[in-house]
Amino acid sequence: MAESVCRSLRDGALEGELAPALTIKDSLSSPFGFNVFSHILVQLSSHIVAGKSQSRGMVIVSLSRSPSSYTGLLKMNEVDVESSKKWIHILDCYTDPLGWKDKTRKSGDIMDPSNQILSSYKTVKDVNKLFSVICDLGRGLVGENKSRFCVAIDSLSELLRHSSMQSVASLLSNLRSHDQISSIFGLLHSDLHEERALAAVEYTSSIVASVDPFHHSVDGQGSYIRNSSEPNLTKGKLNVRSKRRNGRVRVTCEEFKVGPSGISFAPVSAVDGAAVAGLIPKVQFNLQLSEKELVDRSRVVLPFEHQGNGKPIQIYDGRRSLEESNNETTPISGGKKEESGRGEIIYFRDSDDEMPDSDEDPDDDLDI
Amino acid sequence: MEHQGLNLMDQALGFHSNMTQQPWPLCGRFVLVEDCVDTSGAFVLHHILKRSFTSRPSSAVIFLAFAHPINHYDRVLRKLGCNLSSQRDNGRFFFLDMLMLQCPVEGKPKHDGLATVFEKIERAISELHPENKKFVTVVIDDISCLEVAANGSSNDVLDFLHYCYTLTSENGYALVALNHQDIYSDGERPAFMLEIEYLADILVKVDPLATGLAKDVHGQVMVLNKETQKQQGISSIKVQNFHFKIKENNIEYFYPGTRT
Repeated sequence: MAESVCRSLRDGALEGELAPALTIKDSLSSPFGFNVFSHILVQLSSHIVAGKSQSRGMVIVSLSRSPSSYTGLLKMNEVDVESSKKWIHILDCYTDPLGWKDKTRKSGDIMDPSNQILSSYKTVKDVNKLFSVICDLGRGLVGENKSRFCVAIDSLSELLRHSSMQSVASLLSNLRSHDQISSIFGLLHSDLHEERALAAVEYTSSIVASVDPFHHSVDGQGSYIRNSSEPNLTKGKLNVRSKRRNGRVRVTCEEFKVGPSGISFAPVSAVDGAAVAGLIPKVQFNLQLSEKELVDRSRVVLPFEHQGNGKPIQIYDGRRSLEESNNETTPISGGKKEESGRGEIIYFRDSDDEMPDSDEDPDDDLDI
Repeated sequence: MEHQGLNLMDQALGFHSNMTQQPWPLCGRFVLVEDCVDTSGAFVLHHILKRSFTSRPSSAVIFLAFAHPINHYDRVLRKLGCNLSSQRDNGRFFFLDMLMLQCPVEGKPKHDGLATVFEKIERAISELHPENKKFVTVVIDDISCLEVAANGSSNDVLDFLHYCYTLTSENGYALVALNHQDIYSDGERPAFMLEIEYLADILVKVDPLATGLAKDVHGQVMVLNKETQKQQGISSIKVQNFHFKIKENNIEYFYPGTRT
């Protein structure tokens, strides 16, 4: 639930614990990750200004959106950006991330010096320096005492593009371990990265919110919704997976809808379930298994399955009956050698619904 | 100034019939045109080029050409009723010939590569007459050749596109680029194309017909228009599909099945 996610970030970290970290994951088939990101940013900012959160300040690392869009976003949602007590700082890694504009402009920093909430950062490939700059800015907001601040990273995908997976994962870990950081959250586009990079970021996060299309498409290519008759171009599902302190994982699902006024969340409607069930084709024969059939199927002993009676694995090769071969103690040769006394063969039955033309031929190691 | 009615492509891109009164719909937006070998999407670039000159008097185009020399575009646009040479003389068309560009290899002392290309764009913009600076369109033809010029470094190309994109958000310029999607779609790096699709506000995808070549229909177009409120993200996604036929002096757009 989006509200519970906001609450977790608002409540922040306990003493001696890692700060909660949220990763918002989207893809081109449901490209609304930024909508969720901005919703959470606005909510958390309101809590900070109202003094209701553990954080007393927020550092936004903007890589894929201009800093002015964030100030505009907050003003639009009536969050006071220019209050006398400075609570927000935006690190601009968007305008000139690699220092190219320095070459054309004589002065390095053309930012308005009176703009106190903005700093430009021109070496986005240096993640270590980025970490220390974030910490310095945060301390500048809340002071050196026990007060905490939170960090929002506009696009973890941009960071992963500029530097290695290891450095981004260690940046996230370092931020979480920092004793003045209350919570962190970031946006990631799942179809831009390899599985291991995604896994690395997900491991370092305590909450992963996945922005999924409303109807799960068969096409796994991650392409945009091509069909113009698709009615749900502005709806989707938010699947949230949170790791709790006691180690349990909580998985929740919510529907969302985007519009000109922003994003709104609602519980998953029951109607959708019925609609999905109706997508299963109706055929004249029964594709399901009855209870008895399921039980009988589980009782079928496969030729190479361990009999469970301590005897060596027998092969029924068709030339003699099973009872006669019971007296034989010839171990089978080939791929399944059993050493007497030491070691054992544990055969894991393949999945019941394995495709008939899978790569692995079960008869490969047969030696008759 | 032309007063012809809007065709389907114009409507899909957000053009209005009374364009001098309405804001330029491509202001602050990135239009990505994706095509393939079977069906070239260059006609979309030509269409936008022509529209940007004819829609309002105070617009300018910075054209980065990696694929063809200026004579090619001159000939094509002339057939569409637009004189690039006179626009260039009026200071409204800047042609940056990048055909011979070869970025220095990484590691060599002057590895600025695409940073210098961006510098050229900024310089061209600064040399524009202030009157023409209000509606600037930067056109890149095309991204695949740009990648070749960058020695295959897709990261450099993405950085360059990011910088060009900052021109749209900072100054309200328009960015239009052509990419050949079949080069990247089933290679080891589909992420390169997806990165650019994420960046794009309007995606124009040009494909051949599923049924193959035809005399009267040259292909199909899908225009995906992300209406964003930049602050909050996407507010709606509009998708339009139609067919097209390229004729001698113009391009016809029509809904599937409306041509006999």
